[in-house]
Amino acid sequence: MTPMAALLARDLRLASRRPAEALLPVVFFVVAASLFPLGVGPEEATLRQIAPGIVWVCALLSSLLSLGTMYAGDYSDGSLEQMLISRMSSVELAVAKCLAHWLMSGVPLIVVSPLLGLLFGLSWESIGMMAFGLLLGTPVLSMMGSMGAALTLGLRNSSVLILLIVLPLCVPVLIFGAGAVSAAEVGLSPSGHFYLLGAMLLLTSVGAPVATAAALRISV
Amino acid sequence: MKNLPRFFTFASPSRFYRAAGWAIPWIYAVAVLVSLAGLYLGFFVAPVDATQGNSYRIIFIHVPAAWMSMVLYLVMAFWAAIGWAFNARLASMVARSLAPTGAAFTFLALWTGAFWGKPTWGAWWVWDARLTSELILLFLYLGYMALVEAIDDTRRADQAGALLAVIGAVNVPIIYFSVRWWNTLHQGATISMTAAPKMANTMLLSMLLMTIAFWAYAFAVVFMRTRALVLERERDNEWVRALGVNNGSVA
Repeated sequence: MTPMAALLARDLRLASRRPAEALLPVVFFVVAASLFPLGVGPEEATLRQIAPGIVWVCALLSSLLSLGTMYAGDYSDGSLEQMLISRMSSVELAVAKCLAHWLMSGVPLIVVSPLLGLLFGLSWESIGMMAFGLLLGTPVLSMMGSMGAALTLGLRNSSVLILLIVLPLCVPVLIFGAGAVSAAEVGLSPSGHFYLLGAMLLLTSVGAPVATAAALRISV
Repeated sequence: MKNLPRFFTFASPSRFYRAAGWAIPWIYAVAVLVSLAGLYLGFFVAPVDATQGNSYRIIFIHVPAAWMSMVLYLVMAFWAAIGWAFNARLASMVARSLAPTGAAFTFLALWTGAFWGKPTWGAWWVWDARLTSELILLFLYLGYMALVEAIDDTRRADQAGALLAVIGAVNVPIIYFSVRWWNTLHQGATISMTAAPKMANTMLLSMLLMTIAFWAYAFAVVFMRTRALVLERERDNEWVRALGVNNGSVA
């Protein structure tokens, strides 16, 4: 087993030991999104129009809220330091951590997103588009977030700070993710949005782990 | 040749401190005089705009402020990266000193834009692509400042800030274009800012003068803030103590 796979398996096993904690992001996602109809009103047309934005904003917040624990546990008990001085490269460490975070907080969002789509009265086609957009976009959120988590490691108010740092950088993902669903709703092709989301996924996959590794070396 | 200052002469905090201290009054003088000239030209000499009346005159402050807000972010990212890559203390200090000024210009651009938008568009704020990306730029500045302020260890704060500034600089064009496409996709461009009428020469001159004045102001304020940071960080050094002993007050 490569060090990367071992780290990934370890993180997943740790999460499976505390299933209630691992489910928190997805519960937050559903609860937060269900609050909007209560605030906006139950008109179906309005809800259908704002559904993509709500789902994406809630996905963004829920994946960023779970970032606090990404490196913090390993940092406080010293194991992160050991990982950084081990033979595993820090970029690999960042990749494994992002992947684990995405599997634990991104994938559940994709799985439950059709449910929210039904709540907001979206068509099946739009629901499919939304899930596909989330599939492309949530890894970007995890990787962007991991940079923020690494930069704010061990700071007093790190959970708020992460949001302030990462949210502006996630604006493009939000725009194109929600835009794809909106386009599908009005009968336009969402492929342009998906191409751009895919481009962002590629760009962050190349850049973000390196930046996260640099941030970890700065912070530890 | 021996007496010519080398390229990195002023990278030394002590030399920078002295040189900046000498230069600041002059730069301030330039800022005040040029901005007086620019404002006089803009407010009294430049002709009244045919469609917008007198309300357009805010652009003499608004446009240079918007330019400065974007340029200063890049300058900040540049010096932060230099400070990180070469361990140049002064460059990191300059980067940190730039952030509040850049944020102030961003806020000024947004604020004056709102003042211009109310009589012209009938709304304080519209979700125009430029306005939105300027707002996000303000958030980037605030994120940078919050991060460096939250870290007590100066070395870590400088490096983490540098990384964030560089990430932000890479993202600025992506954010700008995504916001532009978002805007055109969601609503027809009801208001176009690009279709500006041809500018009279006095208007252009006034705007250029205001830009020079803002540059001078930025230099002066950033130098002052950097000098304060130098004193704070180098307080254990011989030369900083000598300042206090010789002058009584720190000049």
